[in-house]
Amino acid sequence: MAKAQVEAGAAGHGAEPRGKRTEAGEATYLIAIAEALWEEMERDERVYMLGEDIGAYGGAFKVTEGFIERFGDGRVMDTPIAEETIVGMAVGSAMEGMRPVAEFQYADFMSSGFDEITTVLARYHYRSGVPLPVVLRGPSGGGVRASSFHSINPEPWFAHAGGIKVICPAFPSDAKGLLKSAIRDDNPCMFLEHKWIYRRIKEIVPEEPDFLVPIGKADVKREGSDVSIITYGAMVHKALEAAENLAQRGMSAEVVDLRTVYPLDEDTVLRSIEKTSRALVLSESYRFLGIGAEVAATIAEKAFEHLDAPVERLSPPNIPVPFSPTLEDAFLPGVSDIEAAVERLSAW
Amino acid sequence: MVDLGTDATHPAREADDVRIALFRLMVRLRVFEKRAYDLFLQNLVKGTSHLGLGQEAIAAAFGLAMRPDDYTFCTYRGHDHTLARGVPMAPVMAELLGREGGLMAGKGGSMHLTSVEHGMMGSYAIVGAHLPIAAGAAWSAQVRGSGQVAVCFFGDGATNIGAFHEALNLAAIWKLPVVFVCENNLYMEYTPIGAVTAVEHPASDRASAYGLEPILVDGNDADLMFEVARATIDRARSGDGPSLVEAVTYRHGGHSRADPAKYRPASEEQEWLERDPVIVYRALLESSGVGSGTLTAIEAEAEAEIDEATELAKASPPSSVSLIERDVWSDGGSAWRS
Repeated sequence: MAKAQVEAGAAGHGAEPRGKRTEAGEATYLIAIAEALWEEMERDERVYMLGEDIGAYGGAFKVTEGFIERFGDGRVMDTPIAEETIVGMAVGSAMEGMRPVAEFQYADFMSSGFDEITTVLARYHYRSGVPLPVVLRGPSGGGVRASSFHSINPEPWFAHAGGIKVICPAFPSDAKGLLKSAIRDDNPCMFLEHKWIYRRIKEIVPEEPDFLVPIGKADVKREGSDVSIITYGAMVHKALEAAENLAQRGMSAEVVDLRTVYPLDEDTVLRSIEKTSRALVLSESYRFLGIGAEVAATIAEKAFEHLDAPVERLSPPNIPVPFSPTLEDAFLPGVSDIEAAVERLSAW
Repeated sequence: MVDLGTDATHPAREADDVRIALFRLMVRLRVFEKRAYDLFLQNLVKGTSHLGLGQEAIAAAFGLAMRPDDYTFCTYRGHDHTLARGVPMAPVMAELLGREGGLMAGKGGSMHLTSVEHGMMGSYAIVGAHLPIAAGAAWSAQVRGSGQVAVCFFGDGATNIGAFHEALNLAAIWKLPVVFVCENNLYMEYTPIGAVTAVEHPASDRASAYGLEPILVDGNDADLMFEVARATIDRARSGDGPSLVEAVTYRHGGHSRADPAKYRPASEEQEWLERDPVIVYRALLESSGVGSGTLTAIEAEAEAEIDEATELAKASPPSSVSLIERDVWSDGGSAWRS
């Protein structure tokens, strides 16, 4: 019998424990997230976590392994499978000053708590003046053969709710710094962890207890002069790979990582367009009314005079995420698709 | 599978032919799940999968007791329930492999098996999401006077989500022809169900909240499960309303493909392995006079069937990209209900 071959970062359930940093001090995205949670739990006893299987089991993806031993079951709370109530509990406790971090086993299950998230959490401060320092976090995104119930990119739904900050980091350091910022923020924050990245990407991650990355600030991950690729999440890594391939063919692509999709850092996007005059807006969320649509509209509206080519969007079609590897690979934007789009834009 | 015809022509459960049918079906489910696990270890089953090893008696008993036009709604742990409705092994296996010959041409995979022509109305990978849907299908049957019954399988974890309460209450007040079957395998994914539930028996202890009789049964006792399936389906079909069954059982493996289930005590696992429904039923049949040759032949047939299904599935090509946008929308040509 063949040995089990589990794709790194694959659909997750039962995957190996998160482990530690490498000897060189590198942390995976998953470990960086765990460090952020750990440090904030240590720093502020008002911070607590709730979610399904997060305590004794350590979370479906093992992000919270070891937390219950350190912080106890009063701050690492195993809940029933009841997403509407998980959000409601977070909201109610935050009203009196607690700072809940709720884990969703998959971001897809956030829709089971949709009413509490969009109707209550997003709108409460507006009418009451009471801040709700709630963080909702969970693994989003596809590319791991998890099919249509475990692959969602829900960021457009919640970016559209009016009252929730939506964070989609691509790198371990950004994930750590942004999650710490989210926990310290007095506003509701949705923190979407791309599950394809969890164990695939690692880097040296700062260890200072007050290392923070500001919410709402994009970051240029690769400087370039010919075309700007504006993206976020797992697609940042595809864009960087494409940019490297393009550089070998003499084309210079700049990669802008939004990091936060709402509020959107228009300034960094527009500065990049002023430099390159060409925009490829790349997202894993759907093309229609997606994050990419908003970015493209912003560029068209505010940087028209700088453009040498129409803004191009590259995103999946509005269809359920299919299962079969051949179908999912066709569904998701790939490195070669990105290169072809950059070449089309460069030809203008 | 034997032709069960309509309710009126069901053979009595004591008759050997029903017991043989029940054994044959359980053996078929068992060999399928074991093969699915082997193919996962060979990295041929893509994505995740949740096996029903150890829980076969429940799916088999209800599958046999249902009329061909009845409805099944089940969870992501739904290979057994799909096969128990008469769906052939090969397309189910091909679906797990992401092949074009799969039940849904590779668009769904293990967690989303659906075959409406077999009354298998879908596997739902959102916990509890399908209880109201099963109630809706039952309501449709009630309105149309079709005599169909919906059987809705779910795990113990689903009993704590709001949809459970909403569906049970509505089904009870409208006397819907639906049987809710809680497969209580003692673990809500990785957490003991007792740690997150206010009562000992997550379904049967709550039956009174909906005016229903508590039905708590050994889900590994195939004869008993068949008796309960017949009784609750009969009740639904005759217009007396829903039932809520709690069948206590146990997963032989972890929650999903790579979960070694280290959170379960070894003694507990051992105790339940000794109550393996397939092995226990085999011994029961043998002691009641069924020749071991008959049983061995059934097992050999099932092995041959799964071998053939595996080869057919492996021979099917990966799903063609041309399928990717097919059936997102109805084109008016669906054979189902149109």
